[in-house]
Amino acid sequence: MTAGDGAAVVAAPPSQIEVERRLYRSRRGRQSILVSIVSTVVVVALVWVGVVNTPGWATVQQSFFDPGVAVDTFPSILQGLWLNVRILFFASIGVAIFATLLAVIRGLRSPVFFPLRVVATGYTDLFRGLPLIIVLYLVGYGIPGLGIFPRLPAEVWGTVAIIVTYSSYVAEVLRAGMEAVHPSQRLAARSLGLSHAQTLRLVVLPQGLRKVTPALMNDFVSMQKDVGLVSILGAVDAVRAANIAQAETFNFTPYFVAGLLFVLISLPLIRLTDGLARRQQRREQIGGAV
Amino acid sequence: MSPDTQSHQNQSRDDQTSASSTPAPVLELRGIRKSFGDVAVLRGIDLTLHAHEVIVVIGASGSGKSTLLKTANLLESIDDGQILLQGADISDPRIDVDRTRSRIGVVFQQFNLFPHLTVLANVTLAARKVHGVAKPAAETEARRLLERVGLGSFASSYPDRLSGGQQQRVAIVRAIATNPELLLLDEVTSALDPLLVGEVLDLVTELKEQGSTILMTTHEMSFARKVADRIVFLHLGEVVEEGPPAELLDSPRHPALKEFLSRVSH
Ligand SMILES: Nc1ncnc2c1ncn2[C@@H]1O[C@H](COP(=O)(O)OP(=O)(O)O)[C@@H](O)[C@H]1O
Ligand SMILES: [Mg+2]
Repeated sequence: MTAGDGAAVVAAPPSQIEVERRLYRSRRGRQSILVSIVSTVVVVALVWVGVVNTPGWATVQQSFFDPGVAVDTFPSILQGLWLNVRILFFASIGVAIFATLLAVIRGLRSPVFFPLRVVATGYTDLFRGLPLIIVLYLVGYGIPGLGIFPRLPAEVWGTVAIIVTYSSYVAEVLRAGMEAVHPSQRLAARSLGLSHAQTLRLVVLPQGLRKVTPALMNDFVSMQKDVGLVSILGAVDAVRAANIAQAETFNFTPYFVAGLLFVLISLPLIRLTDGLARRQQRREQIGGAV
Repeated sequence: MSPDTQSHQNQSRDDQTSASSTPAPVLELRGIRKSFGDVAVLRGIDLTLHAHEVIVVIGASGSGKSTLLKTANLLESIDDGQILLQGADISDPRIDVDRTRSRIGVVFQQFNLFPHLTVLANVTLAARKVHGVAKPAAETEARRLLERVGLGSFASSYPDRLSGGQQQRVAIVRAIATNPELLLLDEVTSALDPLLVGEVLDLVTELKEQGSTILMTTHEMSFARKVADRIVFLHLGEVVEEGPPAELLDSPRHPALKEFLSRVSH
């Protein structure tokens, strides 16, 4: 039988030359960190001084960055944000299901599915071109106007509009990912006796997803902020809550607070997306030192 | 011939074989024809493969070897002819294609392992999803096979951590994990570093010794000589010569085979 391939590797102590190289690298690493810290501090200080010395700074500071107003309005805005988070949750699930369905339909090759494919293609073309805000108005005011659905809160229709729009973007990304999976992978799956559906579910989709994860995460981040648009239908989300607070206090600080909260909830994901994209790039460039 | 009479014939074939108790060949190709557009790649191939037999198909690049193997596994449709697996016509459009494929193990030139699955998951996929074997049982069997080919320690690794030879051995293990009745091996060593060819060929030799039924293609003539019960030479879409390795390789008769053998080292 073939000899075992799991031979143990005994770590040897690094040679003198390698020790020097490592020392040099860590020295150079410390130097560049220092340089970047200094340059960041200088830039921030320059911008700060520049802004503070503008003629209108005092009034802007008062109407946008009033700490008292911020503290007072924070609870209602946070409560509004909770609605955004819930909408995001349900919209994500809806988009994941609907977009996968669209992508799979567009990938069907049998002529039997031609009409379905045309419908799916038309759908993605239409909703990738329509501004979300228009879809929100059409869905939010149009569908309830038909009078065939029970009265539902505005945020439900807002969620539907977001699903309808974002599914078209995400479906395209997914389709690109599935098409990037090499045909030999399908062949290998079919040769094992896997059915068409199993091949799609167990081989093509998981690999396609991995190829487009960074693009999907970008869409998710962008959806995360777009849930703020449901406020135009009257749903009391963070943006709407800030809008109400602004009307009461005659101060714009609530918008600043809402904006800050949106950034804070999306920050972890933005960082994760960047990290994933970098890792993927590294993996694809394995073997090259440059 | 109408479909009805055809299936009736198959019926009587099966009856015959059970009555006379001489087992039907594992694989029988009858007059297989296949064209891509205007190019006739297979022009009436007849081939019979009995249980525990190893047939090596040789021929110039582009002579249709891969196409022939793919038709046998229904990965490529045929234009005419019949394919019988254990005596049953699998070229009949009414058969369950997925069931049939699951009875045949295939290894390609490129080791098409699934990169998103571990070695263990690659090997157990068909057993679990096609044959309905429970996960623990499938994994025990897969570990046993991996252990046997010296890859036990890689069970939870992803394919990209393995060398080409190791990947190809996993691909072979994946193909035999469900005890297929027939094994199709298409140039399993041609994408490998020469140093890694040996370990894969050793595994194929062992499969032969254990009684597997194999239809394979290779460019390694010395290996074909060692492992083949019969060698089939494919030329311009036809089998122009076939016979035991020594006969066919040492005293070729057809001019095309003579020329082919003078070009490949053996
Ligand atoms: N899917 C296909 N479409 C068109 N032509 C093909 C296809 N597959 C194979 N061929 C052609 O069929 C011929 C035989 O190919 P192949 O069976 O791969 O030969 P071999 O494996 O002997 O090198 C080649 O000329 C090849 O170009
Ligand atoms: Mg080939």
